[in-house]
Amino acid sequence: MLGTIFLLALRSIRRHMLRSFLTILGIVIGVGAVVAMTTLGKATTAAVQQQIAALGTNVLQIRPGQGFGRGGGGPRPPDFDPADVTAIAQQIAGVTAVAPQAQSTATAIYEGANWSTTINGTTSDYFKVQPWPLASGRQFTPAEEAAGKAVCIIGNTVRSNLFRGGQAVGLRFRIGNVSCDVIGVLSTRGQAGFGGDQDDVVIMPINAVQRRFTGSTDVRLMLVGVDQAYSTSQVQASITDLLRERRRITDGREDNFNIFDTKQISDTLTGTTTLLTGIVTAVAAISLVVGGIGIMNIMLVSVTERTREIGIRLAIGAVANEVLLQFLVESIVLSCLGGVIGLLLAQVVIAVATPLMQVPWTFDVQINVVAFIISGLIGVVFGYFPARRAASLNPIDALRHE
Amino acid sequence: MVASDPDPLIRLRGVTKVYGEGATAFQALKGVDLDIQRGDFVAVMGPSGSGKSTTMNILGCLDVPSGGTFLFKGRPVEALDRDQRALLRRKYLGFVFQGFNLLARTSALENVELPLVYRGDDKTARREAALAALDKVGLKDWWDHTPAELSGGQQQRVAIARAIVTNPDVLLADEPTGNLDSERSVEIMQLLTSLNRDAGITVLMVTHEPDMAAFAHTIVHFKDGLVDRIEAGQGAGAPA
Repeated sequence: MLGTIFLLALRSIRRHMLRSFLTILGIVIGVGAVVAMTTLGKATTAAVQQQIAALGTNVLQIRPGQGFGRGGGGPRPPDFDPADVTAIAQQIAGVTAVAPQAQSTATAIYEGANWSTTINGTTSDYFKVQPWPLASGRQFTPAEEAAGKAVCIIGNTVRSNLFRGGQAVGLRFRIGNVSCDVIGVLSTRGQAGFGGDQDDVVIMPINAVQRRFTGSTDVRLMLVGVDQAYSTSQVQASITDLLRERRRITDGREDNFNIFDTKQISDTLTGTTTLLTGIVTAVAAISLVVGGIGIMNIMLVSVTERTREIGIRLAIGAVANEVLLQFLVESIVLSCLGGVIGLLLAQVVIAVATPLMQVPWTFDVQINVVAFIISGLIGVVFGYFPARRAASLNPIDALRHE
Repeated sequence: MVASDPDPLIRLRGVTKVYGEGATAFQALKGVDLDIQRGDFVAVMGPSGSGKSTTMNILGCLDVPSGGTFLFKGRPVEALDRDQRALLRRKYLGFVFQGFNLLARTSALENVELPLVYRGDDKTARREAALAALDKVGLKDWWDHTPAELSGGQQQRVAIARAIVTNPDVLLADEPTGNLDSERSVEIMQLLTSLNRDAGITVLMVTHEPDMAAFAHTIVHFKDGLVDRIEAGQGAGAPA
């Protein structure tokens, strides 16, 4: 019997093409909006997570002072010394590596081109605590590090500005008063989201930077890699205790350094994008409900308009349930059709929007399946009332209906 | 005619029908006794409000009597519920209406197929039976035309094809020529006559035109909610 009903419903939809199209427009837009919004939301979240993963998850950044800025007045909190680095590396459980950094700025010159950039003195541990592969060349050798040789690994921005995008490894340029050999070029990392262009950097052994640029053995910043098996917050607490002791901070006084957990930022940003996605999806879902009400309205009008037809069907011998099912199947087929068109529309929107939003293109099977099922359910829910009305018509009155 | 045959196709005894309740109640039928034999061609006549349409609705199992008994093939119909009556219509009855009542924007073939769709026949059987029915009414070549592309007479013939496609026992026609000119009307009556004579279908027809009633074998006159008199028509209609 269901096959029969299906046939009747399809015939009826085919007979009223324009009306059918107008009926499903709401569902098309609703499903399209929901799927596009949730998919783009997920893509944005993924992109944010990816950016943060580039900073290195399970990485703690330790700086002197409170928060990001120096803030307030008072004496400048002291930098760290190399012994702090060793202490953290050796005394704290769960620490995989500690990369000290000494920073300076200088102008780099190569064959008439000059470029002002950041000099970052560190050790090869820098590349252990965070994933930042080289595009070409090599890292420092232990001998170069120990001797503080003037060898450089340059960021891509420096390469394109100083070497005009050409091959840089093996060339020698001047930075400040130092003549430096390029031994490697970093892969492109892009904007950090906060903190500007990460590729505008020249990395040298920390000993070289301390001796030739900063003039002290102070360490400006430490990057601490944390073993996956350990909780970063626990490691963070242990480091805090250790540093307070080493920096002789008495109980009751505030830390004069801060430890920044990239995982926290990741969680916060992910939470924010998820919330925003939820809100936008909720708005889209409302449009889906409105679309369902649209289906109900048109189906009710359709029942009234087709009263005579229903009378004929009843006179011919259709039982009430067959009429009910026909209208119900009609509305389900319509809303599912609307759902499918909506899904296609969403794919178009996603294909257009992802490059504009600079997020990766994604296809989420789950979202699409759920949206399709919901469109079918809308057909059931909003089609039932009109269908029952049709089925309960009195055949004599229906046949007389003008 | 009353109680002459011990086993008529249709037997009404003391059938009453009241519309509304209390002070506004209107008694449309006041105790109708009527037997209809198998294979008869019956014309039902009477002024409006005489109860002929109410009687036809009851005979067509579209409505139930308020009182009395209605036996169809010896079985009481008044006790059947809505869906059981629908199944009875599906199996034994065919309807032709004054206004043709074909589905718009639907080919003649699909219109004729409709009762078979509800019977659950498969596609090939449906198509075959529908084309055969269209052939009987002389419209086989018009199977793919929609009602809008057919004349009034042709539409009524499609409607008749739809009514007979299930090989019903009874064909109920409610003023089948009411919307047609006299020439088309005669054609329709000739068609009904031949279906009655050749296929043995019992025909019940409401009409207010004596010319059309004359085609029938039996003419039943209604008046004030009762059968007033029954006379013989000029039609062939031979009870089986």
